[in-house]
Amino acid sequence: MEFTDDQVIRYSRHIILPEVGGKGQAKISAAKVFLIGAGGLGSPISYYLAAAGVGRIAIVDDDVVDLSNLQRQILHSTKTVGVAKVESAKATLEALNPDVEIIAIKDRLTPENILGYIKDYDIVIDGSDNFPTRYLVNDACVISGKPLSSGAVLKFEGQVTTIIPKEGHCYRCLFEEMPPDGLVPSCQEGGVLGVLPGIIGGLQAMEVLKIILGKGDVLINTLLIYDALRTNFRKVKVPKNPECPVCGKTPSITKLGNYEANYCRA
Amino acid sequence: MEEEIIPDKRIDIRGLKCPYTFVRSKLTLEAMNTGEVLEILLDYPEASISIPKSMQDHGQRVLTVEKVNDKDWIIIIRKEKD
Ligand SMILES: [Zn+2]
Repeated sequence: MEFTDDQVIRYSRHIILPEVGGKGQAKISAAKVFLIGAGGLGSPISYYLAAAGVGRIAIVDDDVVDLSNLQRQILHSTKTVGVAKVESAKATLEALNPDVEIIAIKDRLTPENILGYIKDYDIVIDGSDNFPTRYLVNDACVISGKPLSSGAVLKFEGQVTTIIPKEGHCYRCLFEEMPPDGLVPSCQEGGVLGVLPGIIGGLQAMEVLKIILGKGDVLINTLLIYDALRTNFRKVKVPKNPECPVCGKTPSITKLGNYEANYCRA
Repeated sequence: MEEEIIPDKRIDIRGLKCPYTFVRSKLTLEAMNTGEVLEILLDYPEASISIPKSMQDHGQRVLTVEKVNDKDWIIIIRKEKD
């Protein structure tokens, strides 16, 4: 790809890296990623991927910006309270980097629409905040063979994992079923220190760039757990489960079924 | 007696400062084939030292570094790896 003078300057700190160069930057520019959620995780993920020059970023979210989001959701601002999150996100990201095409999708992912949405994208990134979506996205990515970066945050702890269907584990190899309602924290218990999604989302963006570049090792068969209070990172091995209901030898989930649950989504 | 080196490509990056001297040189070299030779004409003093060093670190071969007049240098590099 031919870079403009401005692009040479904008991406110079990438181009200088032996692992990236002009060829790696061209891969980044050609990449298409699908991001679920324009919230705490989706903010740093999309911010860094747009800054890096990822060619097309689709963002799906059905929510509007609320004042209580601004303590951590850095895509949005006091001026965009009440605006659809995907529209607020699009404006922020286009201002950051006009090279990037932002596709804003104000919708809720369902078993009926998700496969159609992700089919034209290379990588899926889950920045959602609830279990039904996490399982839906996992199953959709395994069924359609799309690499998936999955992240989660609560209070002072975050988790990141990278799912490459067929090569490694999936989310259900780790936790086969959604936790029962009683084990999911209620709204009052579900606080989060604002920087935490920045760290976990930053790790997810880094995993995505490494997949695009084909460099380094990603979190295949591994769950990374970050304990913010103790400043501790821990890697836990997650072997691929041959009996996994979605990615195992004889999967019982071959179509997307029902993912409804009455969790608190605040 | 030394064999004369005939560059496959020449670039004039006079006026550019670091790190763009290296960025431009690297992008040009990336688009060339292994074994080909690039001649770089530059006038940013620091780059006469940093470009040969960075190119070597990236696995390329620096053939010559020559100050050709009061202000300008010519660096000749052979592409050894992609
Ligand atoms: Zn699995």
